[in-house]
Order: sequence, then C-alpha cells, then structure tokens
Amino acid sequence: MSDIANILKLLPPLVSKHVLLKSYTELRYIREVETLIAINYSKQQFRCPVHLSVGQEAVAVGVSSNLKLDDKVVSTHRSHAHYLAKGGSLFRMFAELMGSPSGCCGGRGGSMHLFDDEVGFMASIPIVGSSTPIASGLAYAEKRLGTGNVAVSFVGDAVLETGVFYETMNLVALKSLPLLIVIEDNGYSTYADKSVRVPKTREIQKLVQGIGLNFLSGNGDDVTEVAQISNVALSEVRRNVPFVLQFETFRRYEHCGPNIDDSLGYRTESELDSYTQRDPLEVVKQKAYESDCSSIEELSSVDILISEYVQGIYEEAVRSCETSIAALRQGSSV
Amino acid sequence: MKLTYIEAIKLAFDHSLAQDEKVMLFGLGVGDVGGVFGTTLGLQDKYGADRVFDIPLSENAITGMALGLSIQGFRPIMVHQRSDFSFTSAEQIINQIAKTEYMSNDRYKVPIVIRMIVGRGWGQGPTHAQAPHALFSHVPGLNVVAPASPSDGYQLLRASVNTDSPVIFIEHRWLHQTTEEFVPNDDIPDIASSKIVRSGNAATLVSLSYGVLECLKISDVFDFFGISLEVINLRSIKPWDQKTILASAGRTKKVAIWDIGHKEFGVTAEISHVIQNALFGNLLAPVERFGLPSEPTPSSPFLAIAHYEDLDRALLQLNSSFDFQINPDLLISMREKLHPHRSIFQDQPDVGEVGPF
Repeated sequence: MSDIANILKLLPPLVSKHVLLKSYTELRYIREVETLIAINYSKQQFRCPVHLSVGQEAVAVGVSSNLKLDDKVVSTHRSHAHYLAKGGSLFRMFAELMGSPSGCCGGRGGSMHLFDDEVGFMASIPIVGSSTPIASGLAYAEKRLGTGNVAVSFVGDAVLETGVFYETMNLVALKSLPLLIVIEDNGYSTYADKSVRVPKTREIQKLVQGIGLNFLSGNGDDVTEVAQISNVALSEVRRNVPFVLQFETFRRYEHCGPNIDDSLGYRTESELDSYTQRDPLEVVKQKAYESDCSSIEELSSVDILISEYVQGIYEEAVRSCETSIAALRQGSSV
Repeated sequence: MKLTYIEAIKLAFDHSLAQDEKVMLFGLGVGDVGGVFGTTLGLQDKYGADRVFDIPLSENAITGMALGLSIQGFRPIMVHQRSDFSFTSAEQIINQIAKTEYMSNDRYKVPIVIRMIVGRGWGQGPTHAQAPHALFSHVPGLNVVAPASPSDGYQLLRASVNTDSPVIFIEHRWLHQTTEEFVPNDDIPDIASSKIVRSGNAATLVSLSYGVLECLKISDVFDFFGISLEVINLRSIKPWDQKTILASAGRTKKVAIWDIGHKEFGVTAEISHVIQNALFGNLLAPVERFGLPSEPTPSSPFLAIAHYEDLDRALLQLNSSFDFQINPDLLISMREKLHPHRSIFQDQPDVGEVGPF
C-alpha cells in the first residue's frame, strides 16, 4: 500500500473521505517530506542535489487525484511531489537521496531520477524537454495494448523553449495518443524570468492549439481547481484526445538546494509577498474553514500524524543507510 | 538460397515482425515507395500501419517514443537512412536510452534497435558519410554491431531485435548489392561473437562492416604469393570478441586492424591497445591500422581518393611492416588482376550500383 494510502487510513473516516481534507492531507504530506529534506540537508545525509517542490504541490496532488494506479507518469528534475502524489514509496525515495542501495534506483540515480513503476511512476528525466517524448511512447504502448490507461508528462514552463517539445506535440496530435502534458508554470528557469526567455507576445494556448492539441489553464495554487480542470482533460485523454494543461504556480525554494533564496533579489518584493496568499496549503485550508468542514484543531491533528509518519520513515531510511556505511567501513578496514 | 544484402535485411525484418507482435519498425522512408533502399517494402501492408510506419521528421522525439515503448515491453526498431541524422537524437540515445537500464537499477529492459546506414562515395560528403560506431561504443549502456555480408546482416539484425538491451546497428551502404548463399532461419549465432572468415598464419587482419571485404581482397593478393592472412570479421564492436582476436594475434604475432571510421580515438586504437597490452613482447611487429584521417569526409571524388584507405597503399604498407618481402610491383599488378578497380575514383563499390545513390 502506498504511503499516502497508509496515512489516509490512519485518519478518522470523516476526514479521509472529505475531498478538501483529503487534498489537504496529501499536500501536507508532500510539504512535510520536502521540509524535512531542507531542514536535514546540512547533515550531509542526503547526498545529492535536490529540486524541492515546496509551493508547487497542488498541481501534483490535483492531477494525481484523477489518476489510476496503472496510469503512467513521467516527471522532470523537480519530481518529488509528482512521485509522492502518485504513491511512490517514501522509504525508497529517502534512501535514494542518501545514495543507499535500498533506494528506488539502488543509489544510481539520486533525486533527479526517482521512479516507482509499481505505482506507475515510470521515470524522472532531468534533461529539460526529454521526458515528454518518452511519455509519448508510454502512451503509444497503452493505446496499442488497449488498456484505457493514459500517460502524464509533468513539465516546467521552460520546456516550451526546447525543440523536442514541439516535435512531440506534433507527434502526439498526429497519432492521437492518450497523453496529458501538464505545464507547471513557475515563471523561472533557474533564476531567469520570462523576459529573457520568451517574446512578450507569445501565448502558450496559441502555440499548443496551433499544433492541433487541446488546451486548458488554471490556477496552480488551488488544488480543487487543478483537480477539476485535469478531470475534464483526462476524460478526453482517455478517449485518445491528447491535452496540454498550464497551471501557474510558485516555487518557494531556490531552483536547486534546501534554501530560500529571496535575498538574491531576482524576484520582486511584491512577488515574494504574494506567496502568503498563494501557498497551496493555505488556499485549501481557507476553503476547508469556509466550507465549515473542518476546524483548526482537526487540521493540527492531521499535521501531527503526518509529521510522525514521515519522521518514522526518515529514521528507517537513516538506519538502513547506516547499515551500508558500517559495511563500507568494515570493507575498507580489511 | 542466394540473397543480396537488401533481401537479407528485409527477410530479417519480416521474420522478426512475424515472430513477435511487440516488434515495431519505423523511421524516415519505412512506409514510403522507396522502402529504405527496398529493405522495408511491403512490410506495412503485411503487419499494419500501427507497427510499421513512416515518421514525422522528428528523430529526437521519435527516439524518445521508442524508449517509452520499450519500457512497456515493445521491441521498436528505428531506422536512419543515413547515420548522420541520428545525431539529432543523440540526446535520447546517449542521455536516456543508454542509461535507462542502469538508472532503473535493472528493473527496465530496453530492447531498442537503431539501424544506421553509413554512406560512401558519389558525393556523399561531410554529413552523409559518417560511420559513428566508435562514437556510440564510447557510451556505456549501448551495444554496437556492424555486419559485413548478407548472412551477417540477417543474423545480426535478428539477434539485435532479440536482445533486451539497446543495439546500434551500423550498416554500410556499399554492402547493399553484395550477394551470399545462405539459409535464413532461427539458428542465430551469439550477437557478440566474431567470425574468422578466412584462416591463415602469416598475420591477422581484424575488420568490420565493409572493411572486411577490403581485407579479403588484401588476403587474396598475398595468398597468391604463398602468404596466408587470417581475416576476422568483428560483427560486434561493443562488446567485442577479445578472446578470438587475442587467440589469433597470439598465433600469427602480426596484426592489422582496418576500420571504416576515423583512426584517431577510434576502434583501431582500442583494439590495438588491448592486443599490445596482452601480447607485449610476443608480437613480431607493432599493430598496423587502417582507417580514415581526422578530417571530415570530402564530397569530391578527387579529394576522396586521399581520404579513404586505398588497397594498393595498404598492400605496400603491410608488405613492408610485416616484412613479407614481395616485389612491390608484382603485388600491385596482382591486385589489378584479382580485383581491378571499376574506375579511377574510389567513390563507388566494386559490386553493385554505380552512382548516384
């Protein structure tokens, strides 16, 4: 059973069955994992670069809420949220980041190559643009096998600056493949904003529709909206009508690493201030309060439960890694 | 039965597609009236357009699609009518396909074949005549093979399709009209085995692809003077059959390697190092090597004469380095008698078509 399913099982049925609270729980779970990595990063246990998903979790959770176990997902360098939302093993993810043989890639890949094919999370491809053609092959296979499953390619907005993305959109439209492309538009390619990357007049919608694909966009901070829009798109994709979605979102941490890099000044004050309203966890929390389905106390108890769960798995991964370290020491002293 | 190389490749495709419905065949020209020099003609009608098809001019995306298909259990074959176009998909080949088995901790199999045709002559020039086998052999995670005859082509293609790892299949355009008597069947030799195509004791000639035909001509000439050369067809370049080649080199103590690619940092350099390392002190002469210089391939037939290895130059060089002590004039006249050149230019094969091709 996936970690998300485990956590939901631990919650009172009234909480786990309520859509908003379920979304809150999943967002909170991913946030907890990412925050734990950031806090512990200086301990040198996680020994690889990390591209944290904090601030962007709603897209992963909203889209994945409409996916079946056998649907196939491919992600990028910023893959943690997509991996966890699809149900990827948290232990094997922590272990992979530590370089442990128990990691999902046996330590061969690190954070940028997470995968868990048992839950349909097929690959993380950190070369921007390269993931979508591979996802198109997964979709082609599902179509030929007649499974009714779909493939989903999560990408960042800079993918629209790569040539192979256009090749792939053309191919997917031509072959009517069951592929959903989800653009998480956080506005930045590392530190570079769009003013140095794309002409002011460019409209993603026109590019996508011009090549023959369907397009919808929405607020990537709002998990409910993401879930609704992706539900509409996926019902089409399941009939071999490929779709591209664009969600604006906010990357809270630096491009790569455990820190907040506001002091560098490449994002404006007002942009940074907007995050307090945009934070997907706050957005869903507000909705939960407004719909009267939840209280502050209830959500705090969810927070505590998740925190303990994630901490427990983290410690398990640390112990597993320590076993390997001990074996290495023994080997080198012989 | 007597088959041309083209017919042998078409049969290998046909038999592979018939053997397993997960096998797919696509690439530029695969579904068109030319059928990639005739090697794919009729296969789309026979196996359907969802298995055998022409592609948009998007090699990089299509190669990524092949990877996605292979992870899901399909066995795609991707075709490039000229190897040079595969470089547009180098990202998918080098960064993705070569690494997928490794990164998945060996959970994924990646049974992809990428067939690349190497052009030569009649003005093919700098970007239509490259032989990239050494380049791809440098990348861990890729197998690289290069047939030298119709039976080789048939068997290596069948073996490549049956391999659960990615295979780069390097095919020389000048083999297309060569013929051979053989029975194409399911009895397929190991993909990584080389073949001793002629036994001898005076020296070992190691080669691959079209180079094997050149080495056989060299052997014919020396044979007339009572000097028998062993000719080994590598077949597989990565991995290569060290055992057979070292055993032969240990017997003859004189080795020459003939490549269809560049010498510098290439196949001849690698094999020569391994031989000289293993047999240091036992060899009677340094390893000789033949191949292309470090310059792009010229289009002009006048320039191509100096670019490609020349049989007569090679005969004289081996005669001298290996101390065979044959009168050079007799050597050249025997070559003219046994293997007369079709024209003064080195830009068309001795067997088969004349240009343009």
